[in-house]
Amino acid sequence: MNIDIIGLLTVFILAVFVGYEVISKVPSTLHTPLMSGTNAIHGIILIGTIIILSDSHGPVQIVLGTIAVFLATLNVVGGFVVTDRMLEMFSTKKSQPKSKSSSEEGK
Amino acid sequence: MLAVQFTIETAIRVAYLIAAVCFILALKGLTSPKSARRGNIIGAIGMLIAVGMTFTHGIHNTIYIIAAIVIGVVIGIPAARLVKMTAMPQMVAIFNGVGGGAAALVSYSEFIHSPDPHSFAIYQIVEVLLGVIVGCVSIAGSAIAFGKLQELMTGRPITYPFQQVINGVVAAAIVILAFVVVFSPSVSILLIITILALIFGVAFVLPIGGADVPVLISLLNSFTGLAVAASGFAIDNTLLVVAGTLVGASGTLLTQMMSKAMGRSLPNILFSAFGSVVTAASETGGEVRPVRSSTPDDLAVLLAYARKVVIVPGYGLAVAQAQHTIRELSDELKKRGVEVFYAIHPVAGRMPGHMNVLLAEANVPYDELKEMDEANPEFSTTDVALVVGANDVVNPAAHDSPGSPIYGMPILHVDDANAVIFLKRSMRPGFAGIENELLYNSKTTLLFGDAKDSLTKLVAAVKSL
Repeated sequence: MNIDIIGLLTVFILAVFVGYEVISKVPSTLHTPLMSGTNAIHGIILIGTIIILSDSHGPVQIVLGTIAVFLATLNVVGGFVVTDRMLEMFSTKKSQPKSKSSSEEGK
Repeated sequence: MLAVQFTIETAIRVAYLIAAVCFILALKGLTSPKSARRGNIIGAIGMLIAVGMTFTHGIHNTIYIIAAIVIGVVIGIPAARLVKMTAMPQMVAIFNGVGGGAAALVSYSEFIHSPDPHSFAIYQIVEVLLGVIVGCVSIAGSAIAFGKLQELMTGRPITYPFQQVINGVVAAAIVILAFVVVFSPSVSILLIITILALIFGVAFVLPIGGADVPVLISLLNSFTGLAVAASGFAIDNTLLVVAGTLVGASGTLLTQMMSKAMGRSLPNILFSAFGSVVTAASETGGEVRPVRSSTPDDLAVLLAYARKVVIVPGYGLAVAQAQHTIRELSDELKKRGVEVFYAIHPVAGRMPGHMNVLLAEANVPYDELKEMDEANPEFSTTDVALVVGANDVVNPAAHDSPGSPIYGMPILHVDDANAVIFLKRSMRPGFAGIENELLYNSKTTLLFGDAKDSLTKLVAAVKSL
């Protein structure tokens, strides 16, 4: 509890601007993958759940903490895998027009 | 001993910094088709670094942690890999919801771990409250959004009398109780707030339906980001604050872009269900008007002897899983020398960009997909526009009738084509619940039935010509 709250607030405000600026122009075809990708990134809560479960004592805290780690893990792996599957579609269609066999090899 | 701990602590913080940079690069990569996949992988690497380093932190309860992660991976990866492409949106909803739930649990646990809640500073309690409330709204809202998309419940807006008032009362109760907790910390009041926040999440989402659900998921996604940031404040973790805030901010912007692609404002999407339902009822309650419908054989002739055919795929195509059949039809037409391309509305399908993914899955060549701005000038030289399961995105009311709820939404100018064929399940209006004048136009022909059945028949009919 010794990290300066002002330090965290500084980080927070700067992250707001970075988050806003970094995706200024997104083609509408990428809206869904981007949503899914950001969905995976907030899976970072996994490290929060690990820290919390590590500090837990007694059955109630441990059960809650274990559920939290499980949920966060789902968020992380599901988020990244779903996003990758969506984007896989985008990359195959570029090699697609050449020949059918190339896409078969790709799989 | 002190020196060793210091270096591990430093290493963890450096790792967190690297992870934060990875996440920013991931977001940046996801904004362009070329770099998107690499961006996603960079994000995953950042996640791996951060989680790996957390384990060097002198972790207890390791068995529970490992077990929970293993179960999560064993369930999560197959679920994400095996789900059909058409069911992607609800998967995003569910993965978003569990993230919100985890964030709420982290904040909640931070509160109950303290032997004496009164030892918290006011700002610490505020951080806990924000994490719990926003996280709960996110998980409950995502669950309902999942139910709507998975068709476990009606996808249409659910309204009841005094809905806004009731939502307002619940929200006010949460705020008042939150003030009580700030000044007199109590686990039981926090529990009541948790339950109210879950109720609010459900109530907030119920009146949002149809094509608006994806925008809603995007909004809930940014909520989860903010809940994660709040948890980061509560447990003093910089990386949670950075990553959560990045998602919160970019998610908010993305939500605005999505609603703009639909030609609507966000408040309009979130709070307008009442108006549009009333309009729909008054317009569809009228007399039955004549439409022209035809058989697959006749329409096959129309298509096969056209010079240029534009296919307008929509939500109905996604639901009927007809993306492979539509490609077969366009292949048959191309064999006969017909010029075929697909006109993709920004919000076609279940989510923006979803239609591109579905058609790519069916091996439709990239260069045959045209975005709205590119496609619209082409309609005036098009012989036949084939509308498959789309409705609102081709509704001329969007630029003809200022009173319409979809007025101002950019649409595909299908009505400029020489002839229009609509594959429709029934005369039911689209998601916005608005009558489509184009259906009654003299150059429009309808083919009723499931999109996949109708297309299969069309393919057979074209082949036999």
